[in-house]
Amino acid sequence: MGNWVVNHWFSVLFLVVWLGLNVFLFVDAFLKYEKADKYYYTRKILGSTLACARASALCLNFNSTLILLPVCRNLLSFLRGTCSFCSRTLRKQLDHNLTFHKLVAYMICLHTAIHIIAHLFNFDCYSRSRQATDGSLASILSSLSHDEKKGGSWLNPIQSRNTTVEYVTFTSIAGLTGVIMTIALILMVTSATEFIRRSYFEVFWYTHHLFIFYILGLGIHGIGGIVRGQTEESMNESHPRKCAESFEMWDDRDSHCRRPKFEGHPPEVVMHPSKVLELQMNKRGFSMEVGQYIFVNCPSISLLEWHPFTLTSAPEEDFFSIHIRAAGDWTENLIRAFEQQYSPIPRIEVDGPFGTASEDVFQYEVAVLVGAGIGVTPFASILKSIWYKFQCADHNLKTKKVGHAALNFDKATDIVTGLKQKTSFGRPMWDNEFSTIATSHPKSVVGVFLCGPRTLAKSLRKCCHRYSSLDPRKVQFYFNKENF
Amino acid sequence: MGQIEWAMWANEQALASGLILITGGIVATAGRFTQWYFGAYSIVAGVFVCLLEYPRGKRKKGSTMERWGQKYMTAVVKLFGPFTRNYYVRAVLHLLLSVPAGFLLATILGTACLAIASGIYLLAAVRGEQWTPIEPKPRERPQIGGTIKQPPSNPPPRPPAEARKKPSEEEAAVAAGGPPGGPQVNPIPVTDEVV
Repeated sequence: MGNWVVNHWFSVLFLVVWLGLNVFLFVDAFLKYEKADKYYYTRKILGSTLACARASALCLNFNSTLILLPVCRNLLSFLRGTCSFCSRTLRKQLDHNLTFHKLVAYMICLHTAIHIIAHLFNFDCYSRSRQATDGSLASILSSLSHDEKKGGSWLNPIQSRNTTVEYVTFTSIAGLTGVIMTIALILMVTSATEFIRRSYFEVFWYTHHLFIFYILGLGIHGIGGIVRGQTEESMNESHPRKCAESFEMWDDRDSHCRRPKFEGHPPEVVMHPSKVLELQMNKRGFSMEVGQYIFVNCPSISLLEWHPFTLTSAPEEDFFSIHIRAAGDWTENLIRAFEQQYSPIPRIEVDGPFGTASEDVFQYEVAVLVGAGIGVTPFASILKSIWYKFQCADHNLKTKKVGHAALNFDKATDIVTGLKQKTSFGRPMWDNEFSTIATSHPKSVVGVFLCGPRTLAKSLRKCCHRYSSLDPRKVQFYFNKENF
Repeated sequence: MGQIEWAMWANEQALASGLILITGGIVATAGRFTQWYFGAYSIVAGVFVCLLEYPRGKRKKGSTMERWGQKYMTAVVKLFGPFTRNYYVRAVLHLLLSVPAGFLLATILGTACLAIASGIYLLAAVRGEQWTPIEPKPRERPQIGGTIKQPPSNPPPRPPAEARKKPSEEEAAVAAGGPPGGPQVNPIPVTDEVV
């Protein structure tokens, strides 16, 4: 017995720590989803299987990260080398890397089974509460997004009575990646049994490379955000502990409790004259700089088309917005879809933000921003941001003076920025403008930013060259052009 | 790669699919999901697939590891002759069995896995593989006293093998410079000092 302990104590310790971590993570996540108020309403529909699924998901994430480490041969060789000052026990442990890899694999299989079974129950619960007509809390929660176009947000991913769970599985990212990952996992396991490995090694070797699909699937499995909790602000307004019982009166004007709102903000839609649509959106983890642009996709209009739009909001605002003008099939269809009064807002996908020349505007003491038509959009973002920075007395702001020439033909307030500074009509005389700037700022570096047509670019560039002084200490004009 | 017997992997895959079908079926039936009777079917189909696939076939080359207790099912599976020997039949059978389970989300994973197993069996059939049962080896009855041989006739040091040969080979042995044949003749008289 003593002999066994001396030889195996480290392995036992290692396994105990690993199992302990698994148990801890499982229990911790389980309690979080079972007890937290944020998921009170979600639990009303799903019950305890929500917590089961999330807890096993956390363990799956943990073990999937861990499973790759024992088979990183270079890493292990490196550890062996550097461990020469460590005891032999530690290095001996590295000899058992494959055993550990298999143990972690068994744990992954176990948690996959728990996760799938729990989610099967969850989907069934969602489906039942969507079909339910008894006016129970679950059915009201399930019908949340149906009635409100703006300001509401859904809890039940099954949107209509006719949608089957199979449809949701194969059309949501989570469902599809889940199926692919599980099949990859099963193929890897069946080809890795001792008998197959010893007899037909290539079957094992090639099939095991399916792990790439497993890891990729795992990375994007959760981005759909199907599991939702109540938002902070909704909890402050109507906390579930006091509002859940009175769910029949949520719609009454004089009740204290409003309908709860869940994570995931639908876009705010503003229609402007001359067929310009403004979309104000929120996305978790989104951060932008001035003048950046995003790619936008609307699956209900076209699955594969992504169109770029400059962001017109400032980074200081708590949403990001784009202005879309009807200029072709896609934009017209989009505007028409958003104009519909009675159907829900189409889902929007956003990629970005990506950088442009306009980001440099704050590096110049004097900036001249020239925008033509919808090309005023990047500068809208910049002007708003400058306004916010002045509001907060941002000392890093080098820019002291901004001149904006916006060539548009609309009314008193600038439709894009909402600023009262009226723009003048007609084309400016660039020579006059440049010489005025050159004389009033004889020693500054001036940045000229253009978003507009090529002919304008040519004339502005010529002016920049003409009015830049040969002496580098005097006024210098630098020309920057947005490219689309 | 030409030596791979795909049927062996197909067998593992089908066995796993059977277990997954059973699990999915139990979940669907116990949870009384919509259309749970597909779950009941799935349990039955899963049990059938597991029983059919449990006995491993014999490998063409090399020794095959039997699954524990598989000899009982081997006897049953052998009875069906060509239906279980031929892998085309198995491929089609598994494909047909997997279809009804595809209507329910809980068992659809079993469908996918069984369909993959069916595909691998088809590949095996195309390559001419067949299921051969693993026959139990007849145990040899140990004969009593069969291993006991005659004890040596001479005490040690015994002469090497040449000394025990026939006299006709003595000349060859003498020519080879070997020791003289016949019983050992001690050059120095040996006395036994044991009292």
